[in-house]
Amino acid sequence: MTTIRPSTLIPLLLLAALAVLPFAAESYYTAFFARVLIYAVAASALNLALGMGGMVSLGHALFLGLGMYSVALPAHFGIDDGWLQLALCVAACGLVGLVTGAISLRTSGIAFIMITLAFAQMGYFLVVSLKQFGGDDGLPIAGASRFFGLELASAEAVYGAAFCLLLALTAWVARLRVSPFGMTLRAGRQNARRVASVGLALPRYQLAAYVLSAVLCGLAGMLLANLNAYASPSSMSWMVSGELIVMVVLGGMGSVFGPLLGALAFLGIEELLKGLTEHWMAIFGLLILAVALLGKSGIAGLLARLDARVPARRSPRLAEGRA
Amino acid sequence: MSAGARPPEGGAPSPGEVVAQRPEGRTMNTLLHTEGLTKRYGALVVTDAVSLDIREGELHAIIGPNGAGKTTLINQLSGELAADAGRVRFAGEDLSATGIAARARRGLLRSYQITSVFDEFTVRENAALAARGARRHAFAFWRGLLQDAAAVAAADAAIAATGLAARAQVIAADLGYGERRQLELAMALAAGPRFLLLDEPMAGMSAQESAAVVELLRGLKRKYTLLLVEHDMDAVFALADRISVLVYGRLLVTGTPDEIRNDPEVRAIYLGDEELHQ
Amino acid sequence: MSASLLIAQLLNGLQYGVLLFLLAAGLTLVFGIMSFVNLAHGSLYMLGAYALAVVSGATGSFALGVAAALATGIVVGALLEWAAASRLYRRDHLDHVLATFGLVLFFNELTRMVWGPQPLFVALPEALSGTVELMGFFYPAYRFLIIAVGLAVALGSAWLIHRTRLGMLIRAGSVNPQMVGALGVNIRLLNALLFALGAALAALAGAMAGPILSVQSGMGEPVLITALVVIVIGGIGSVSGAFYAALIVGLTDTLGRTYLPLLMREFASREIASAAGPALASMLIYLLMAVVLALRPQGLFPAHRG
Repeated sequence: MTTIRPSTLIPLLLLAALAVLPFAAESYYTAFFARVLIYAVAASALNLALGMGGMVSLGHALFLGLGMYSVALPAHFGIDDGWLQLALCVAACGLVGLVTGAISLRTSGIAFIMITLAFAQMGYFLVVSLKQFGGDDGLPIAGASRFFGLELASAEAVYGAAFCLLLALTAWVARLRVSPFGMTLRAGRQNARRVASVGLALPRYQLAAYVLSAVLCGLAGMLLANLNAYASPSSMSWMVSGELIVMVVLGGMGSVFGPLLGALAFLGIEELLKGLTEHWMAIFGLLILAVALLGKSGIAGLLARLDARVPARRSPRLAEGRA
Repeated sequence: MSAGARPPEGGAPSPGEVVAQRPEGRTMNTLLHTEGLTKRYGALVVTDAVSLDIREGELHAIIGPNGAGKTTLINQLSGELAADAGRVRFAGEDLSATGIAARARRGLLRSYQITSVFDEFTVRENAALAARGARRHAFAFWRGLLQDAAAVAAADAAIAATGLAARAQVIAADLGYGERRQLELAMALAAGPRFLLLDEPMAGMSAQESAAVVELLRGLKRKYTLLLVEHDMDAVFALADRISVLVYGRLLVTGTPDEIRNDPEVRAIYLGDEELHQ
Repeated sequence: MSASLLIAQLLNGLQYGVLLFLLAAGLTLVFGIMSFVNLAHGSLYMLGAYALAVVSGATGSFALGVAAALATGIVVGALLEWAAASRLYRRDHLDHVLATFGLVLFFNELTRMVWGPQPLFVALPEALSGTVELMGFFYPAYRFLIIAVGLAVALGSAWLIHRTRLGMLIRAGSVNPQMVGALGVNIRLLNALLFALGAALAALAGAMAGPILSVQSGMGEPVLITALVVIVIGGIGSVSGAFYAALIVGLTDTLGRTYLPLLMREFASREIASAAGPALASMLIYLLMAVVLALRPQGLFPAHRG
């Protein structure tokens, strides 16, 4: 079998460090890294559609928001049963994902980007105008989601849930990438026409990936709502959709650990720059521009380059695409 | 559901298995039949009422000068282009309104003139995906594609048949030009086709590479029904059982290589003053 | 529902529509010909508004302010094209989205750095601050000016596109971008020219909108997204399509906001109507776009391809 290469080893070490972090760190850092983990889950969700399927969705904040309001709305009426909220989230994201995905996938290229953005804007304005549920100001969440005995009331509890979810998701994506479904999606990104001529009806697979991606993004939203004890339309704005794209690309499109690396780098750089200057966003904007200009193999791609330098014996299995 | 539509003989035949099932020598059954197939782009008629019979087991070549509508015809047969008029029947079933993916699942496969393989995948992954797509849906989210034994067996057989066995683990982007063309063929073969549309499989190849492909096609003859569009006349006349000549979208004549070689109309219109090879 | 309210709303819709057209014209050309997704187009609109506010504030001349906005648009547009866009034309849309998203963050923060988070106020010149009487009905003079400027630009761009050599290249380019390169045209210069022209129009839109909106950081994004809706409805690459779609969107949005809540009160209780009315109204144009794309993915007035 293969020896573990740096591109796998480094993210695994990172995950191990994240596993023990809440036991060692102050709760400020636990809350910060909980946010990182949640955005890593959201970016993982987007990675399915964007990284594997090549579907440039500029509207995934919609699903993040749907997830948040799946917690906030029931909580507003005193329902804190996490399972019920989860069912609501899955149903809402699945249904909205199915309808918007089916319409959006009729288009491609620029129009696909625009229509996903438009659907997200519709959701944004819908929430903003619902004044009885806070409208622009958002909706505070009095009672956290309750799953049997577990209550997602503290940053530590949310951290634990987000970590487990991310771990499961990452393990699954590692399998999914080389499964028939993942291979079909990735093939579609490379050459959509050819996928049809091998007998696979690509749009069905893309739609399934889009819906899956929507639901997973909703789960991240549920966690985020519990972490902030607050749901706000600003998490549904198109800027958030853009940030998710940046995380996916920064980490490495379609790679297994990319979303975690991307979310960590994005929020980490943001946090560092915030400490330097109040106008950190100007620097950050230029950094994003630089990432776009320099190409998009991302951090996972940089780590993969490290692999080539390590004098490990190259096994023939390397070529089978398990990055 | 889609898998059920495959011809009855096909469970997961590797190219090797198919040999045993087809008797030597061709039957006279028509496998593919077109009637009045027409495609227009504005005023330009690219294929003009083409009616064609391809018999089971034959290698049928289509020749014609540039712009005769050969690739358009292939696109209409594979289902990539919808015909403006006319019908396509395949194995007794009317496929005129059927899309490319569904035709591929029925065993009507094609290779492309401009090589079109998945660059980021290995040779084996390319062929295995093609094999999988023709046999079963791909809604499988956990087990690896390369753990699908039937697909991998068909893929490996196709890779071996096209002479790529030693290159199975190479990423397609790293293949040479000739090798990519071989992979293109391997992907079509891995799908377990009943009928293969080959769009200029020798385009851009060196004489040496072309000779290898001729040998390969000779080996595929009788195992599959083949429709070959090719500019290399040596290859066409050496391989074809029957040849159809397409001129400005119209089917001029169909006949054996000898009949075509001696057809005065073909000589006048298609070949001009040029002497036919051989 | 009085007639004067309807006329006022129609004029408001028209005025919003021509503003959208100013923004959409450049955007659709850059989309159609360079196939470039430019989210930073809204930043040029914002910079135009700031240029007007600063220069007209300092000199007291509205005209000088507008000129400064145009100059800002051209200079920043050309700079952007050279520094970022021209390096990205050959890459895929994802890179465009990423790069211009970064630019949006940069420009928004830049304006906040220089002029602070407070909105700037733009004073209208005396001559334009009054109202005009039209058949016994009063309407602000400045809004008439916006409509006039928008229609003038629409006519000018129609002339440019249908009567000049540059226009011929634009028409050819929006149908078949490769062909223009084959004609032996300096394609890089053409691209830069179009980009700068589009930027100037966006800055002009910002300048015209400055006195009726608050000039502040981030003002470009809502209107940019609406302009994106316009060009998708109109058909990507088609300037005349952008014009018609801009008017449709402008009128739909304006009339929707006024009449939808009123309409809903006829069917539903006051509470439901006042909650759902504005919600539906603000969703209306996105709904319109979704319907258009679902039925005609190429848009309503696509650039003619053949």
